[in-house]
Order: sequence, then C-alpha cells, then structure tokens
Amino acid sequence: MHNNLEIVSGSSELTLRFVGEFTLYNLRDHELKIKSANFNPYNKIQIDLSKLTYFDTSAAIYLNKLTKSFERESIQYEIICDSNEINDTIELVKKYSSATVDKKINHDFLETVGKKAYDLFVGIISFFQFLGKLFSTKLYLIKNLKDIRYKEIAFEINESAIKALPIISLTSFLIGLVVAYQGAYQLKTYGANIFIVDMLGISIMRELAPIITAIVIAGRSGSSYTAQIGAMKITQELDAMRTMGFDPYLFLVLPRIIALMIMMPILIFVSDIMAIIGGMIVANIDLDITVNMFIDRFLIAIDIKHFYVGIVKGPFFAFLIATIGIYRGMAVKDDTQSIGKNTTKSVVEAIFAVIMCDAVFSIVFTNLGV
Amino acid sequence: MSIISVNNVVTTFEDNIVHDGLNLNINEGEIYGLLGPSGCGKTTLLREMVMLQQYSSGSIEILGHELNGISEENAQKLRQKWGVLFQSGALFSSLTLAENIALGLVEYSNLSTKMIQEIVSFKINIVGLKQSDANLYPSQISGGMKKKAALARALALDPKLLFLDEPTSGLDPISARDFDGLILKLRDLLGLSVVMVSHDLKSIYDTLDKIAVIDNKKIVYEGNIENIKYEQSEFIRTFFKANI
Repeated sequence: MHNNLEIVSGSSELTLRFVGEFTLYNLRDHELKIKSANFNPYNKIQIDLSKLTYFDTSAAIYLNKLTKSFERESIQYEIICDSNEINDTIELVKKYSSATVDKKINHDFLETVGKKAYDLFVGIISFFQFLGKLFSTKLYLIKNLKDIRYKEIAFEINESAIKALPIISLTSFLIGLVVAYQGAYQLKTYGANIFIVDMLGISIMRELAPIITAIVIAGRSGSSYTAQIGAMKITQELDAMRTMGFDPYLFLVLPRIIALMIMMPILIFVSDIMAIIGGMIVANIDLDITVNMFIDRFLIAIDIKHFYVGIVKGPFFAFLIATIGIYRGMAVKDDTQSIGKNTTKSVVEAIFAVIMCDAVFSIVFTNLGV
Repeated sequence: MSIISVNNVVTTFEDNIVHDGLNLNINEGEIYGLLGPSGCGKTTLLREMVMLQQYSSGSIEILGHELNGISEENAQKLRQKWGVLFQSGALFSSLTLAENIALGLVEYSNLSTKMIQEIVSFKINIVGLKQSDANLYPSQISGGMKKKAALARALALDPKLLFLDEPTSGLDPISARDFDGLILKLRDLLGLSVVMVSHDLKSIYDTLDKIAVIDNKKIVYEGNIENIKYEQSEFIRTFFKANI
C-alpha cells in the first residue's frame, strides 16, 4: 500500500488521513505537509489513523506533539482509530514523553579558563604523586633486592630496546650522512677538509646521537608504554593486579624504567657508531679522506670526554621517556578516546622533556668546563 | 511467520568446531532465548546473525535475506531493521548518551533536530533513565545505566528485530525485572521480535516464549520452556534443577 497523508477538507472540519506506514522515515514529509495546512477556518480536526498498517513510536511522539499544540490553540480535534496497538503506542508515548528536554550547559569564558587552570594544577600534582610513589617503590626495592622482576626487565629490554636497534641505526646513519654532507660543502671552500672529523665527532657524540636516540625511543617505546598501560587500565587489568596483591609499580612500571635506563647508553653508543660511519663515507667520497686518515685524526682530535658526555645523558633521557610514557598510561580514563589523547601527550611531552634536559646538561657541562 | 531461520550452520575456528549443524526457527513476535553453558557458542551464533562473523557452512536467513553472500546494499537495509544490544553496552565513548541514541536518527532519517531531540528524550524515559543523564558521557555513568542507554540506542530506529546479548547481566534485580517488563511491553506494542542470550533464570521464565539450548556443538532442545523438564541433557538438568 502507498504510504501517504491525505488532507481532506469538509464543510466545517479538516481530516488528516494517514495511510499505510507512518514511521520516522516519512515523518518529515508528513510534518511539512501538516505545517503548511491552515487550520483556522475549521472548527474541528479529525485525525484518521484507521488506514494505518504500521505506526512507530517516533510517529506517535509527533502525533502527541501535534495534539498538544491543538490543545494550546484550543482547536478541537478527534482521533479516529480502532486498532488497540496504535492506541497503546500513543498511550505509551504520552506516559513517557517529557515536557522538558535538558539543554547542554554552556560555560562562559572565565569558567573555562578557571577549569583549565585547575585541571593543569591537578595534573601537575598527580604527576608529583606518581613520582613520589615511584621513589618509594625504588627505596623498597633497594631494601628488598630479591623483589626486582628480572624476567620482566629482560623482556622489556628486548621489547623496547633491542627491537629498536635497526631503526635507530638507520636514522643515525642517515643523520651522520646529512651532517657530513652539509659540512663538507662549507669546509671545502676553506680547504679545511680534515676538520670534518672534529666537527662530526664532537657534534654527533655530544648532542646528535643522544637526542636522535631519545626521540626515536620516545616515539616508539614511550608511546607503546602509554597505549599498553592505558588499555590495561580500561580492561581493569590494573585493578585485578592490585586486588591480587601485585603492585603495578613493581610489576609494570619499574621494570620498564629500569630496562630503558640500562639500554639507553648502549643505544646511544650504537647510534654514535652508525652516525660516524655515515660521516666517514661522505668524507671518503666527497673530501677524499681515507678511512685511515679519518681514524688517525679522530684519535687526535676527539677527546674521550665527548663520548662520556653523550653516554651519561642516556639514563636521564630514558628515565624521562619511560616515566612520562607510563604516567600518561596511568592517566588514561575509562574511555577509548583518552588512550589516543594520552599517547599523543606522552610523545610530545617526552620529546620536550628530553630537549629541556639536554639544554640543562649543556649549561652544566659548559660551566664545568667539560 | 518465520523471520530468522538457521539451517545446518557449521562454525569452525581453525581446528576448533564451535557449531556442528545448528537448526532453528524464530517466528515474528517471539521472544527467543539462546541458552547453554559458557563457551558453547551462543554469542558466536548471535554475532553470525548480525553479520559480525562468518559461518563456515549452512545458511542463516533473516527477514528473507540469506546472510552469506548478501549484497552490501541489502545488508545495510537489514542493519537498519534491527537493533543490537551488546553485553557491555558498547556505547561510543566520544559521544554523550543523547548523541549516542540520536546517531542512527541523524544518519538515516531526515527529521528535524527538534524532532530528534524529542524522540531521544522519549527513548531515555522509556528505558528508565533520567533526562539529566542525557548529556553525560559513557565514562561518567554506571554499568547498569550504560546498558539502559545502549538499549535506548538499539531502539532508536524502532527496529522490528532486537538482538540482546545478556541484557540483564550486571543490572540490579529491580532494574532487571523492569528490563524484562520493558521487553515484553515493546514486543506487544511494536510487534518486536527479540533474540536474546541470557543466563538469568528469572528473566528466562518471565520473558521467553521459546528457547534453544546449545550444548556440545548441537541444539539439544528447541521449544517452549514448560516442556524442558522432560529433557535429559546434562546442562539442562543442572541449569534448571532448582526450578523443575
């Protein structure tokens, strides 16, 4: 049967006859048709539902609204309907329709700023709380060495450091290549070819290798810590661990931090080697410096302290990356969206913290004359 | 009239056979229960009915459409005719309750915003939530409220067919009975057909017209609940022991 709305005007009354199905899919058309009708000349409106085959609750809601508006404007109306189901549906809607619909509350500017500031404050406090708990767990571990989870540490070493070796090697190699290539062009004009070795050795070992390694690890392992621990929090795995008496700090947090702190200097060492090999290749091709010449000059020009300065930064960077990643994971709330948000924050904050820390190191080492 | 018919359905996960030739028939207006011990594949069968999972062989026919090899167009039409309530609600966490319920209406109908708002507030009332809950996010409400909101979302498009996966689990007894009452009322008013997986004995006795018990990869019983006491299956005997 065709679904339709017939508007039939009699002498003193207007009939709205709904035919076929009246559902939310044709509700809009009917609504517009009724809106354009003029009820004023008639003293009675008849709503004829007897030809309906199907009538859903959305349609009933609309009908309820329509009859209410008739009542408000004191227009007389009559519903013609012999089906019990339709009458019941209308009754159901009348019973459960609410007059008021709650609106979303709009916050004003001052309120928003205040709330943001307070959230920030709470965030900082909770980070310190996290650090405090971390510190107390560490103290506990120093007293109870047998409680250290060696197996988890070994697992994390493989997962977040050994498996990162290829990408760190490749990135460092390319950075060495690029730095040497840019430097070679400048040095050639002065005929100072051999100084490429000084430039590469110092810049790579002191600054570039630690920073590149830290950025790759923050993007790769830091983010995975956040996502992993965040997902564990949502699935209540963390709660389950707590109730079974396994302290998540002991089982999840510290192994990750310790693993990364152990491995970061080694990763930086690998990065040093790969970057310098990259530089060596460019020096050989572009500046005619043989490998032997490069190594001879390297031994004379580069002090061992430059190497140590780079390596020493490793554990600090590792600590920052791992704690921020894990803290962000623990900060995940009970919905999926906050995993994404916190993972982004974790990477951005970790990289920022690493660069900040590097700046502090720069100032300290320079003032110490290292 | 049969709206769902399952014929010889076989489901295998790698080497593991879950269903070995299931046959059942669900008629219009029926509240049909799938029962069985944990791990017997009730939820798997439900997921196969709503096209979330493929079965290995056999056929499932819903509202005249065979699900294996259904065209994308028909599948989409079918999806608008049913509502699904997942065990844990599965509300979209980035949307408020009202937005969750309105989503289907916004996407599939041309109704005005005001009309959608009224429909949403009606659905919120009918499942027993408060209007003030409408603007909360799923992470801010309890498990029982999530379930009610998810039911409201499943009912948003006035479906002819409702799939419920353990609808009363995680609800307090009062809400659970209200839920049963609501399902019965909706069936009577809207001619809804309901397929549900349930472990709640009270709800099984109160609401179900017909049940199928899956055990050992097969249907061991299909029919109404009164006759079940004559069955000799291990699961049926232990499960219904207290009440037979």
